[in-house]
Amino acid sequence: MSRQSHVPSSAGASQSSHRSYNTGFVLAALLTLLPFGLAMYPSLPRHLTFMTVLVCALVQIVVHMVFFLHLTTAREQRWNLIALVFTVVIITLLVGLSLWIMYYVHYNMLGL
Amino acid sequence: MFGKLTWDAIPLHEPIIMYTLAVVGLLGLAVVGAITYMGKWKYLWQEWFTSVDHKRIGVMYIVVALVMLLRGFADALMMRTQQAMASDGSPGYLPPEHYDQIFTAHGVIMIFFMAMPFVVGLMNVVVPLQIGARDVAYPFLNAVSFWLFVSGAVLVNLSLGIGEFARTGWVAYPPLSGIGYSPGVGVDYYIWALQISGVGTLLTGLNFFVTILKMRTTGMTLFRMPVFTWTVLCTSILILAAFPILTATLFMLTLDRYLGMHFFTNELGGNPMMYVNLIWAWGHPEVYILILPAFGIFSEVASTFSRKKLFGYYSLVWATIVITVLSFIVWVHHFFTMGAGPNVNAFFGIMTMIIAVPTGVKIFTWLFTMYRGRVRFETPMLWTVGFIVTFSIGGMTGVLLAVPGADFLLHNSLFLIAHFHNVIIGGAVFGYLCGLTYWFPKAFGFKLHDPLGRAAFWCWLAGFYFAFMPSYFLGFMGMTRRLNHFDVPEWRPFLLLEMVGVLIILCGVACQVMQLVVSIRKRHENRDTTGDPWDGRTLEWATASPPPFYNFAEQPVVGGIDAYWGMKEKGVKTLAEMDFRKIHMPRNTSLGLVLGVLSTVLGFALIWHIWWLVIASSLAVIATLIVRSYDPNTDYCIPAEAVERMETERRQRLAEA
Amino acid sequence: MSHVVHNETAREQEHGHEDAGSLSLFGFWVYLMTDCILFATLFATYAVLGQSVAGGPSAADIFELPYVLVETFLLLLSSITYGYAMLANHRQDKRWVLRWLGVTFLLGLGFIAMEINEFHHLISEGAGPQRSAFLTAFFTLVGTHGLHVLVGLIWMALLMMQVHQRGLTCVNATRLSCLSLFWHFLDIVWVCVFTVVYLFGVI
Repeated sequence: MSRQSHVPSSAGASQSSHRSYNTGFVLAALLTLLPFGLAMYPSLPRHLTFMTVLVCALVQIVVHMVFFLHLTTAREQRWNLIALVFTVVIITLLVGLSLWIMYYVHYNMLGL
Repeated sequence: MFGKLTWDAIPLHEPIIMYTLAVVGLLGLAVVGAITYMGKWKYLWQEWFTSVDHKRIGVMYIVVALVMLLRGFADALMMRTQQAMASDGSPGYLPPEHYDQIFTAHGVIMIFFMAMPFVVGLMNVVVPLQIGARDVAYPFLNAVSFWLFVSGAVLVNLSLGIGEFARTGWVAYPPLSGIGYSPGVGVDYYIWALQISGVGTLLTGLNFFVTILKMRTTGMTLFRMPVFTWTVLCTSILILAAFPILTATLFMLTLDRYLGMHFFTNELGGNPMMYVNLIWAWGHPEVYILILPAFGIFSEVASTFSRKKLFGYYSLVWATIVITVLSFIVWVHHFFTMGAGPNVNAFFGIMTMIIAVPTGVKIFTWLFTMYRGRVRFETPMLWTVGFIVTFSIGGMTGVLLAVPGADFLLHNSLFLIAHFHNVIIGGAVFGYLCGLTYWFPKAFGFKLHDPLGRAAFWCWLAGFYFAFMPSYFLGFMGMTRRLNHFDVPEWRPFLLLEMVGVLIILCGVACQVMQLVVSIRKRHENRDTTGDPWDGRTLEWATASPPPFYNFAEQPVVGGIDAYWGMKEKGVKTLAEMDFRKIHMPRNTSLGLVLGVLSTVLGFALIWHIWWLVIASSLAVIATLIVRSYDPNTDYCIPAEAVERMETERRQRLAEA
Repeated sequence: MSHVVHNETAREQEHGHEDAGSLSLFGFWVYLMTDCILFATLFATYAVLGQSVAGGPSAADIFELPYVLVETFLLLLSSITYGYAMLANHRQDKRWVLRWLGVTFLLGLGFIAMEINEFHHLISEGAGPQRSAFLTAFFTLVGTHGLHVLVGLIWMALLMMQVHQRGLTCVNATRLSCLSLFWHFLDIVWVCVFTVVYLFGVI
């Protein structure tokens, strides 16, 4: 095709730049090294380690979404964001309720 | 070389099966012979099998669904006959290992290969027309979805003649469905038929979700869409969210069976109850997938045949959205008795009762639509009224079952059977048959023969009540489901009454078959020349019957709800006022059919452990996808002059009629 | 006759392809959401079965965190290099698109090789997926992610070939964008995997 550089508008193509990826990498790397470090060299009480690791994971997911997937609240991406939020809700319900149900099933049924 | 497959797989010693196979084989030969005699293979190939047109694909879905309805109904006849015969202690004519396959096949076929394709077919024919679009967002994927569905249907039907089917019930709980207790190929047929057609369904959900969000015509905001389109949007969301759960769960069962893993086994830490939990986390949204479009159909029909704007459009839309969300937090009511305890059961019981509320709201909006309307009791309206009465009863018994204490007595009794057949037949099946009658003229250009349609309705209605109302009483009397034979004299009269009911439904089905034959014969007398045989309100009635392959010569601009009604009031545009443009259309392709065939081979190879064929067909599937990715000519353009010419011809034909 | 007959301008045709591209991209995003739910089901199952070791090895017995850390960085780096490939695509620089894709491919291949090695090691020690429900769930969850990565690599190789053969066309740009979504999504799932499986297993 001999047209010029008009590319399809991907999720935030206009916001992507080397800086975005580099910043994202540094953040993600830190958010990886910290939990691994805490797990390999336990220095905090167990439940605190657990919480820190969990929080790092959640933050890192957001980092990936913002810096690599360029997900924003911009109008063109409105439906992408809505779909994502809905999926997160469904996953929370599915996993959360399943764990609740199976915990009590296990408790009541003597783990059989 | 052939894995587990040997000549023993063909059940030569089972007369009922061999007789059935003979009849089916002869019928198949007759159909093939007729097509050959009429020289229609090229036409079928070019216009139907390689089509990516949503209208054609929709019709094909419904054709297969109706054929599978016959098979599922045959299973029902056999079961009812067995239970009527064997209710005095005699063994009947179906031994348990055979009976178990029949009730499993009945459930699997009716849900996955009758109801799902019927609803997907109606979605396909109608939705793009209702939103003023030319096709769905991904026409090739649409064709692939259809052929993957056919692949699943073929596998289920193959199991009758080669091997066996599952004996586990349609949800196939382990450990019964594990390799230890079901070492044969039955459960494998079940798994692969569902997995393959499940991919098709997921792609359909994706297709319609994107189509409705992104391809509506100018002026059609979300809150100006017809209610049927709204219900299809919510159904698509349910499909997208629920079917991955089914895929993952069946995948885990597969790993247990094929690789000896321990997800759901009794030994080494497996937990069969997790399967029950997951399968119903899918299973409950599944039944809403089946019912929501039916609600949409009834909304359209109630409004059109009451000659009145739909009452409570916004309540209907919000009720649908609420049902969509709530359907993900009720699933434990399918297994209150599994042992999650009072707190869990109470939460889900209450949620189940709450989800009945938006449905109740809908019933009232339909009644209020009819109230003070000038109601025409044509066949679609008959189905609607039949539905309102029947579904309400079924819904109420559902609320009864939602009480965990009551469910502990009624779980897996005939009360449950009565309830779900009440809502599925009275709700979903009545809805699809109503939709079929309503939209048939749009798809084919002529109406169905009305008297036979009415006869079919009355037979279905009366037949349903005779066939299932006694089951409520049987449930209270303690009869359990899936019983092959028993000796309880008190149950006998009820079961005989149900036998009568099934025979009345059989008359209804026969009327429908006759109706098709007679309608086709009399099609010239019943031709729909205007495109609007019912004085409709929504955009699909603005096209010819059947519509041109590009749907709209010029995509309409919409000003409000009931877009077509508004257009009729303003007057149809003249040729001079129209703005003809070039139209991009997708090209037909055989690759959908090819993928379907390869999937069938792959499924069959997996079932029978023919490993070299598994590898070969998998590679062939990948190769097909790669070939498709290299194709630069997947669409084409109709020049504006050609569009103008076709539109002019159409108007001339209209004027002459 | 005063009606209008349009023939499409080049700009309209280009716009048509762009629209098709953004439609594909949105559809692919929605498909990825369904894949998230698929993984969620596997995660839920892992959470339920994770303690059922049936007298066999438990998480703490078999997980080697330094090894997993290396795997994690391979995948993370591959996400960055894919990003660089996308930037090259925006500049219409075919050579650098192919180079960065190549690096991404090698990093991804390294990840898969390490994972196959880990699985092989575990199986040869008798800690295979048939040993217990915990191991079943572990191998399936991590293995499904690995399978997705493998599919991504095959797709990447094919796309590199198509870019090489046909250049940075509109269609190829759409495909690159879709693969980009897929690749980053896999990295996000891996964050969940290393957290829930490996780190929680050891803490």
